[in-house]
Amino acid sequence: MSSTAVHTEHDPTLQHHFATREQQFDASKIGMWLFLATEILLFGGLFVGYGLMQSKYPEAWVAAHHHLQRSLGAANTIVLLVSSFTMVLGVWAASQNKRKMLIVCLILTLLCAGIFLGVKYFEYAHKYHDGLLPGMFFDTKAHPEPAHQNIFFSFYFMMTGLHGLHILGGMGAITWVLIGAIKGRFHSNYYTPVDLVGLYWHLVDLIWIYLFPLLYLIQ
Amino acid sequence: MSHDTQAHAVDAHAHGHPSWKPYAVVLAALLVLTIVTVIAAGINFGSNTVNVVIALGIATIKATLVALYFMHLRYDKPINAVIASAGFLFLGLFLMFCMTDLDYRDDLKPSTLKEAPAKPPAAVPPPATAPHSAPSH
Repeated sequence: MSSTAVHTEHDPTLQHHFATREQQFDASKIGMWLFLATEILLFGGLFVGYGLMQSKYPEAWVAAHHHLQRSLGAANTIVLLVSSFTMVLGVWAASQNKRKMLIVCLILTLLCAGIFLGVKYFEYAHKYHDGLLPGMFFDTKAHPEPAHQNIFFSFYFMMTGLHGLHILGGMGAITWVLIGAIKGRFHSNYYTPVDLVGLYWHLVDLIWIYLFPLLYLIQ
Repeated sequence: MSHDTQAHAVDAHAHGHPSWKPYAVVLAALLVLTIVTVIAAGINFGSNTVNVVIALGIATIKATLVALYFMHLRYDKPINAVIASAGFLFLGLFLMFCMTDLDYRDDLKPSTLKEAPAKPPAAVPPPATAPHSAPSH
């Protein structure tokens, strides 16, 4: 980072313990994929628990999911898919030295993430109002039958909540990349942060692809 | 579009697509599949299991498209795909063993075994009344 004066050929974006820039990029990418694998397993535990409880209380699951608005879930799915598209366009723009396009794509991705969270806030507020809350906070007087709907909402809030936190984290990471892009830190030879944040963002989208049918489309 | 030749030498590693257009095709496919899954959710295909399998099947096709194209796994070094697959493989194992446990647990409970009530009726209650020396308060 600091001692570039030793030899003038030194590239500030290539750390000295890597032989080539390609090796550095591949190493970063493997690290990111390892992290993403742990994320799959983090959500995996919730998915498995959800599956077990669904097969234990199928009537409660069907009844509880009628409280979710399918149209809002579908709208959020589309918003996230579009945000994944703008993100991958951003990565492509970075690889082609298109700085303005990268900045526009990142802003659009942030905008989609904001819309997603806005819809999610609307949904949460509605559920809070109706007493459709997790576990002991569930209003059993208003929704007595069938029993165990509170377990559905425990999973609903845990899974969408954890996913929402990932969206927030992703927004932070995208903002960081956006600042870097505005400062002109990335070019076709070095855009690893854009690429890795993109991978993270696509994983968040990928998890929602499973959450949507599981939570909103039960029969 | 036009890279200079020096940049191109180091450049060639990571860029799967020379054009952004394939991404638009993938997005269109993902949006169509989203509509398909919403429509499919309104149809009863016979049993709950079949319905869930169809919904998760469509989700898996979508997830695969995202992983292969948006996440560049199709063009990447295979090691990254191996890591991603390992994550899903172990999740599958986790799910499989939990589900078989759920399906067969009732068959193995002592209360559902035919011989169970015959043997221990007198033997079980006394220890419950005896004072415990164990550190339970």
